[in-house]
Amino acid sequence: MSATATFATTLRVLTQLRRDPRTIALIIGVPCLLVTLIRYVFDAQPDVFNRIGGTMLGLFPFITMFIVTSITMLRERVTGTLERLMTLPLAKLDILLGYAIAFGALAVVQSTVVSLLAFGLLDLHVQGSHLAVIALAVGNAILGMALGLFASAFARTEFQAVQFMPAIVFPQVLLCGLFVARNQMAHWLEVISNVFPLTYAYDALARVTQGRGLGRWFVIDLCVVIGSTLLALALGAATLRRRTP
Amino acid sequence: MAAIEIRDLRVVRGGNVVLPGLSAEVAAGSVTGLLGPSGSGKSTLIRAIVGVQIVAGGTVLVLGEPAGSAELRRRVAYVTQAPSVYADLTVRENLRYFARVLGLPRARAEDPITTVGLEDEADRVVQKLSGGQRARASLATALLGEPEVLVLDEPTVGQDPVLRRDLWNSFHSLADDGATLLVSSHVMDEADRCDQLVLLRGGEILATGTPDELRERTGTRDLDEAFLKLIEQAGE
Repeated sequence: MSATATFATTLRVLTQLRRDPRTIALIIGVPCLLVTLIRYVFDAQPDVFNRIGGTMLGLFPFITMFIVTSITMLRERVTGTLERLMTLPLAKLDILLGYAIAFGALAVVQSTVVSLLAFGLLDLHVQGSHLAVIALAVGNAILGMALGLFASAFARTEFQAVQFMPAIVFPQVLLCGLFVARNQMAHWLEVISNVFPLTYAYDALARVTQGRGLGRWFVIDLCVVIGSTLLALALGAATLRRRTP
Repeated sequence: MAAIEIRDLRVVRGGNVVLPGLSAEVAAGSVTGLLGPSGSGKSTLIRAIVGVQIVAGGTVLVLGEPAGSAELRRRVAYVTQAPSVYADLTVRENLRYFARVLGLPRARAEDPITTVGLEDEADRVVQKLSGGQRARASLATALLGEPEVLVLDEPTVGQDPVLRRDLWNSFHSLADDGATLLVSSHVMDEADRCDQLVLLRGGEILATGTPDELRERTGTRDLDEAFLKLIEQAGE
């Protein structure tokens, strides 16, 4: 692998994104809209907004990057650019890291804007540090990217890729503990939620935003999230084949 | 000397035998035309030569190395049949990206744009270009970094006649500089522009030789007729 090729790929992905200002506007605008909605839906219950809002800041980038990556990667596969890249002196890791850096940067922008809005205008209060929330958000963005990359290998069309969002992301969001504490769910759902990476991403966010202390469990959360990201990236890399049938 | 050597190549795609056992050579420094109707196995053969096709058997050597080996990735350039450039980038941005991947200085991204005649469209987004212009943008990226072998899958489809002539002239000047070109086409009138021909039908080689040799062998003046004659002869 080479730093030049990785950097070239990052630059290329960012240029592609820049060509599509509407998508950037949606990536940044939609979470702002949703946070605002939630703020006023829970107008009479600021505690609920503080509990849900803080963690949602960290989960938006996960969802966005999952969609963006699975569609972009599918396009690379369908249009033949991936096949061409595979004949060039470019390591698979160059492609993956190139994407990760570009989308990571986008995630920083997204979570910073949404955080500024939430903390500045919507009166969101969290116990922990705002920077830690943003840092976790970026980590979740990379996790979403890695899962999206892997998922894209199983879609033949953009319609299918879009459906992976509800199929892979929604169950994780429902079961992660955001809406209902996991120990109040049916036991078998709690068991399933134990194997979803988003459960740990949420738990880490909840610990930071609720100031529950960052002890051993926080470290375990981080390890699981990083481990799942690496695993998804490895699986994703395995789907980038130099030779195809 | 052969730049590409294919021995008993067998390719099965989706349960169909596309290439049952093909052997051929492509002479170094030549422009070799790979001709045959749609579905004859041209693209599959080309994919095997650039090493992106899973093969069931046989060997393909390019510049003495197994097809697709890491060492060849700088020396062999490939243009897919459908234009494989980023539609949301400009022509120049595409060229600069591929140049960076190849580790070339930025300035080297300019020459291919001129070669394919896209100077006026260089800063336009590929999506906004015509089909022929997109194909040329895709071709331009393959010219980066002076590859020793160029494998081009139907690069001149949909181009206007003047441009087609210019492209063939650039292919020949690349070959004069020592490059080997394998160019596929399904139109026989392009065959005359090649030094060597490989006629493919149903995954098997019908004939090889120079255009003149093929005409002589079949006693025809036109390569289209020659192709028909060869099919008839093979059927007998």
